[in-house]
Amino acid sequence: MTGSASAIQGQSLTKIYGSGNAEVTGMEDVTFSLSIGEVVALLGPSGSGKSTLLTIMGLINAPTSGKLLIGEALVTDGPVAKVNLRVYRRKFIGYVLQKTNLIPFLTAVENVQLALEINDIPCRAARNRAMELLESLDVVHRSGNLPYMLSGGEQQRVAIARALANKPMLVLADEPTAALDSVRGRQVMELFRTVAREYGATVMVATHDHRSLDIFDRILEMEDGRLVSQKQANKDSPIGQD
Amino acid sequence: MNLAIKDIHHNLSRFSLTALGIGMLLMIVMGMGGIYRGLIEEATLLVDKIGADLWVVQRETRGPFAEISRIPRNLEDRLKSMPGVATARAFVTYPVQREFRDKPLRMQIQGLSWPDDNGGWLPLISGRRIESAHYEMIVDKILGLRLDDKIRLGKNIYTVVGITKNMSSIAGDGLAFFTLLDALDIQYDYSGEAIRIEREARRSRVAGQDIGATQPSLLERALLPSSNLAALPSPYVSAVLVTLIPGTNLDTVVDKISGWTDVTVFTHDQQNGLLLTGVVDRSRRQLGLFRSILIVISTIIMALIIYTLTLEKVHDIAMLKLIGARNSVILGLILQQALLLGFLGYVFAFYVGKWVFPIFPRRVIINTGDLIYLSLIVLAISVLSAGLGIWKALSIDPNEVVS
Repeated sequence: MTGSASAIQGQSLTKIYGSGNAEVTGMEDVTFSLSIGEVVALLGPSGSGKSTLLTIMGLINAPTSGKLLIGEALVTDGPVAKVNLRVYRRKFIGYVLQKTNLIPFLTAVENVQLALEINDIPCRAARNRAMELLESLDVVHRSGNLPYMLSGGEQQRVAIARALANKPMLVLADEPTAALDSVRGRQVMELFRTVAREYGATVMVATHDHRSLDIFDRILEMEDGRLVSQKQANKDSPIGQD
Repeated sequence: MNLAIKDIHHNLSRFSLTALGIGMLLMIVMGMGGIYRGLIEEATLLVDKIGADLWVVQRETRGPFAEISRIPRNLEDRLKSMPGVATARAFVTYPVQREFRDKPLRMQIQGLSWPDDNGGWLPLISGRRIESAHYEMIVDKILGLRLDDKIRLGKNIYTVVGITKNMSSIAGDGLAFFTLLDALDIQYDYSGEAIRIEREARRSRVAGQDIGATQPSLLERALLPSSNLAALPSPYVSAVLVTLIPGTNLDTVVDKISGWTDVTVFTHDQQNGLLLTGVVDRSRRQLGLFRSILIVISTIIMALIIYTLTLEKVHDIAMLKLIGARNSVILGLILQQALLLGFLGYVFAFYVGKWVFPIFPRRVIINTGDLIYLSLIVLAISVLSAGLGIWKALSIDPNEVVS
């Protein structure tokens, strides 16, 4: 389900690492706009700038130049933050990473609950909501287990539950199926589609996994730090067409 | 949700061992403070317990604890005759070392001016006071003697009739109380051969003089026991302790005694001051300095532990930052763990110390003031240690989690 309003926009985003002779361009003049509820794949070889773009969109890395808007709000103008980035990360963005990155000393439900509590949701309400999320992601039977007790797929589901905990406007996923087998990987990718439909979140997934591209609304391709193509996905084909 | 507790619960055995290590360190800090207190207590114990208003000692000495003091015993009678004086008691103190049950036995002998002083002021834990003029002794528990134990000192055998607790000398030796006469007997014990040689030497000295030739009876008298010779002085004692009649002006009596050219007089407070500023001052400062160094070491070690614990959580802290956790959440995690580590270490130090300190060879006194003082130090150490971890945590980039 794709809405027409823009969830996030990047305007001429450029990221340069280092300075002088050590200067490396991580990303150059990237402009994009993702609609509310859109599910987008970000493709590209290693070093193409996918992670740089994700970290800039995730507000954990500042662009060297260009503007980033979330909803109507200008979030960064070049390296200058226009809002409290940590608050924006907490309220509007959910992250699912290649490695699950669950807090190892918290159980599955506590990992999700934590994301809610740091957003000032009271403990009991946070607990209930966390359990609901785990249930909806079919991993509630593992709620009391520590991350190391979960399989890779279960860990990823918990990570997705945590990303969705605060009903974010944007879910960013960096290679979320890299550590999973094809079946589990497919299930996780389908989960993103469900998330977008049920929670109204915009989802952007950086991936190498071409087998699941049919679930995406749109495919962005990067190469050498540039956005080289933006394609509407063809649901009948594993690879989208222009 | 308390992240600090969750993390500790997850790594309970490691955290417990760390707290145990910190506790051992704090126990040493606590013990050093206790030894310091014990030193002061031992130094001033006798002066405080014996209850004398004035200590009269040899002229120009700081005796009897700071240095040797020798005054004639009959000074006791001179002092008793002074207006305002209630009692005057001769006091003898000196250390001895003997073998008992095949082990060395070091004790500080105290002579009590029996029958005026039968040790009524001593804190007995068993037995009784001295009831006989001779051959009875009261000893401190630390000496390891039991009631009715018999020990040979000099030519006589003495029986333990009472046991005290926490009565030890500045050197840490247990005190042993005898009647003054017994204490002097033990101090001036000569072998039969030495006595015979001394008597013969006296006889020779008299014989070599005209008076010996003109009065042969003197030669016979020279061979008599010392106590039968009026020309020889009475035995020396270490000090005479004076207690004043209530209401008597202390300064007036001190002024009068100070006018005598053969003695020096100290008040109770002056005697205490001499002990603290002179006799134990160097040990006191050494312990204080050592304790300060230990506190610094504890702070450094604890800071390193907290820093290491933080380093282990770099990824988790980066994740917390990524999902937007406030700094207070992260600081709380580190600070609470540091405080808990300090608290558990302190509790461990306190309880294990209570069990361990009494078996130390010298007294270790932990008083409430010192416990409060140490708890504040531990609090400061914990906060300072957490500072290093917090500094590290604040410098962690959420990008860490992506990289």
